[in-house]
Amino acid sequence: MDWFLANSPMVFERAGQHLVLALVPMVLGLLISIPLAQVSRRHSALRQLVATVSSLLYTIPSLALFIILPPLLGTRILDPLNVIVALTIYAVALLVRAAMDAFDSVDDDLRQAAVAMGYKPAARFLQIDLPLSLPVMFAGLRVVSVSNISLVSVAALLGVGNLGMLFTDGLQRNFVTEVVVGIVAILLLAVVMDALLVILERVLTPWTRAGSVKSDAHARSGAEFIADAKVHAGAGS
Amino acid sequence: MNIFTETFAWLADPTHWSGPGGIPVRLLEHLQYSFLVLVIAAAIAVPVGLYIGHTGRGRVVAVAVAGALRALPTLGLLVLFALVAGSGLMPPVWALVILTVPPLLAGTYAGISSVDSNVVDAARAMGMKELQVLFGVEVPNGLLVMFGGIRTAVLQVIATVSVVAYLPLGGLGRYLFDGLVLQDFPRMLAGSLLIAALAIVVDLVLAAVQRLVVSPGLSARSKGGRKAATDLSAAAPAAAAVQGGTA
Repeated sequence: MDWFLANSPMVFERAGQHLVLALVPMVLGLLISIPLAQVSRRHSALRQLVATVSSLLYTIPSLALFIILPPLLGTRILDPLNVIVALTIYAVALLVRAAMDAFDSVDDDLRQAAVAMGYKPAARFLQIDLPLSLPVMFAGLRVVSVSNISLVSVAALLGVGNLGMLFTDGLQRNFVTEVVVGIVAILLLAVVMDALLVILERVLTPWTRAGSVKSDAHARSGAEFIADAKVHAGAGS
Repeated sequence: MNIFTETFAWLADPTHWSGPGGIPVRLLEHLQYSFLVLVIAAAIAVPVGLYIGHTGRGRVVAVAVAGALRALPTLGLLVLFALVAGSGLMPPVWALVILTVPPLLAGTYAGISSVDSNVVDAARAMGMKELQVLFGVEVPNGLLVMFGGIRTAVLQVIATVSVVAYLPLGGLGRYLFDGLVLQDFPRMLAGSLLIAALAIVVDLVLAAVQRLVVSPGLSARSKGGRKAATDLSAAAPAAAAVQGGTA
């Protein structure tokens, strides 16, 4: 605790770097996945291709990817951009499947009703498909958030600044306290991010709480199951 | 010379394929560590997962523990164990076991509880004993979902074992950290490509095993299986815990 208090500015700076390296790829991944999922949902060949490529990319260990990317991108090994690109690749690999399932989870009758009411395709997508797919989408986002926060620390092995530096530094100095502070800080970061995502989801999807509480929880976790089943199939298949 | 030709030259160099630091030795070390971790983790996770999946007892505790473990940073745990328990092979192996149990456990009980309860009840009604129900009905029917957890766990172990070289131990990760210290980028890139190739090959082998072992009836009705899964709200946190992420 004394060590933490004495070094808190450094820990907070590392935590800030950590958060940026974890969050930017998540947002980029979401921005890439939504249109990609929307396009590939409509073509079964493309869907198959996207599923295969994303699971293949997800198979590559992050430490290896952090090293393979620099010559491909023309960056230096210490460049944080490598970490951002690598984690964006993982985020897309997870989210594109989650997004396809999320759009699949929208009741087709609702889409047809929207068309019948005169919604143009773009308006229908923004006002019907996108909001209704949020519960399944958020299940995928929460997985990405936790896994990104954990993966960023691996980049510290190559010298990219983040909370993982507390581990490498602690090992070199044989200093357990620093390592424990690092673990606690990363756990806190993951828990806070998860809580923020849960709150954001509740704010964005008020209708999921409108019905009876019990059946609602039931339906939601069912949807999450699909997303997660797909997600871990993605990690494996 | 271009970095890729240099890397290719490094990989093609016969001196890198023999001796104590050669690729076959490092590959074998990598597989040995991974195998050791997986055997210990499976010995813990599979029986507990089967018990929880079959009886439904202790699910809340298991989900909470598995979820909390999932957020633990791999590198932090490895370093902590190395510092507290000393050097050698076993401290990092135990750290890896802790990280591998959650996806295996969650995969096992998610698999068991994904089996249609009507099928299980029918087996009981036919007079099957509990163990017969478990191994004759629930395991074969839940195998597809269980394989999801197994493959996630295996990939995670192979990825994390590359980090173990930092401690320092052997394995293919050695090329990355030795290369980093020596500013020898072709060596790092070659090591990374070997690790990526190993992960992909192992996953393909597991996919082939899955195709052999899992009943074709399960894969064919994957649409129906998904619908059944939707009704299983209890299995949702289980599946959430399955996903670990590669390190």
